[in-house]
Amino acid sequence: MNTFAGKLVREITYLIKNEALLELRQKYIFGGILLYVFSTIFVCYLSFRQIVDVPTWNALLWIILLFTAFNAIGKSFDREGRGLQIYLYTLARPQSVILAKILYNMMVMTVLTAVSIVIYSLFIGNSPLEETDFWQFALALFLGALGFASSLTLVSGIAAKTDNNMGMMAILGFPVILPLLMSLMRFSKNAIDGIAWELNYKYALTLGGINLIVLALSYLLFPYLWRE
Amino acid sequence: MKRNWWKILCVVLFLYAVIYGLSIEVPDLNRLHQTVRNLFYHVPLWFGMIFILLISFIYSIRYLSSGKEEHDIVAIEAVKVGLLFGVLGFITGSFWGNYSWGELSAWLTSEPRSLASMIAMLFYVAYIILRGSLEEVTKRAKISAVYNVFAFVLYLLFIIVVPRLTESLHPGAGGNPGFNIYDSDNNLKVVLYPAWLAYMLLALWITNILVRAKKIELKTLTNDI
Repeated sequence: MNTFAGKLVREITYLIKNEALLELRQKYIFGGILLYVFSTIFVCYLSFRQIVDVPTWNALLWIILLFTAFNAIGKSFDREGRGLQIYLYTLARPQSVILAKILYNMMVMTVLTAVSIVIYSLFIGNSPLEETDFWQFALALFLGALGFASSLTLVSGIAAKTDNNMGMMAILGFPVILPLLMSLMRFSKNAIDGIAWELNYKYALTLGGINLIVLALSYLLFPYLWRE
Repeated sequence: MKRNWWKILCVVLFLYAVIYGLSIEVPDLNRLHQTVRNLFYHVPLWFGMIFILLISFIYSIRYLSSGKEEHDIVAIEAVKVGLLFGVLGFITGSFWGNYSWGELSAWLTSEPRSLASMIAMLFYVAYIILRGSLEEVTKRAKISAVYNVFAFVLYLLFIIVVPRLTESLHPGAGGNPGFNIYDSDNNLKVVLYPAWLAYMLLALWITNILVRAKKIELKTLTNDI
């Protein structure tokens, strides 16, 4: 068992390195997503100007992050070509492939969320954040990044098997993401309003639980998707 | 005849639930009045839906482990029946809500259970679209089975988690009392429990017929070739 876990960890580190290498080679993809974030927020700025109302500020932030996640994660299976994919699968276990992709997407989403929140508060304003419990809000953003990455990676794998990748990604992904998104919005709104951790922790627990369940499901289901 | 006893049971229980449900004396409560009879039609529809979606989930898992085409056929036909029950449950619920909670627009989007039912529709319509977009039979079966398992677990998560996070108008949730306290003489349960069973059996029966029809269709198709 120990050796199995050891092998899995080693494979996952290699695969994550491989993902990062591919990302560096194709910098324009990441640049494209950054530009996407910037232009979405800019369009929102042009249509809303500054937002002072907390629920609206919060909802718009999560909608922007949601679409960013769809764009960033939707591409995670068509980056490497068909040939390289088959070669990879002969070397590594499918479980390590999916876990590596999820972990890598988690890192990417954390970076993108950090960038988005900075640009967002610059343009749309940060006046709603006056009474915010900073650590709770940061936790909400972090859990959101992890949650988007873990629940959308398997969906992206499914969508990559069809011809219409991005379209299917949206259709299949929205219902999957809804339980997560609803708990996230509530948690982060409470954090912005400065509600005490004793009252708010149950949302964080829910989010952590959803993350774990989705990870377990991806781990169990991906081998079938791959052997197709 | 021996193998079909459950169909007879289904017809008997169904007729009992409909006829007795309309003629039984119900507690005349504020706001609800006679609409409480909808309990015998609306609630069992949801039980039937969840039950048949559970069947579909189980057959998707069986397909993933066995690779038999018939398991895949059961999974998709069960989803179709589940969608039918979901739409009917939604319509009966909307009528009921319209009379006892007021205008649809006031509660439709804030009520977690109507949200949950809309999300179930999204999930399973997406499932059907996913199947439509894949041509090759084994590929389609495998990928849609993966999505079905993923979707069902997340849907369960949604109907368990979200009603606890938000306010609900349904009995037994969000500070509202459950039906039990209105129902001191167990009048409603006499009809409700058989009705649950009847609708579950009905869902099973429709699925059974659809699966058999699909199998015959496939058989004639292969014979033609």
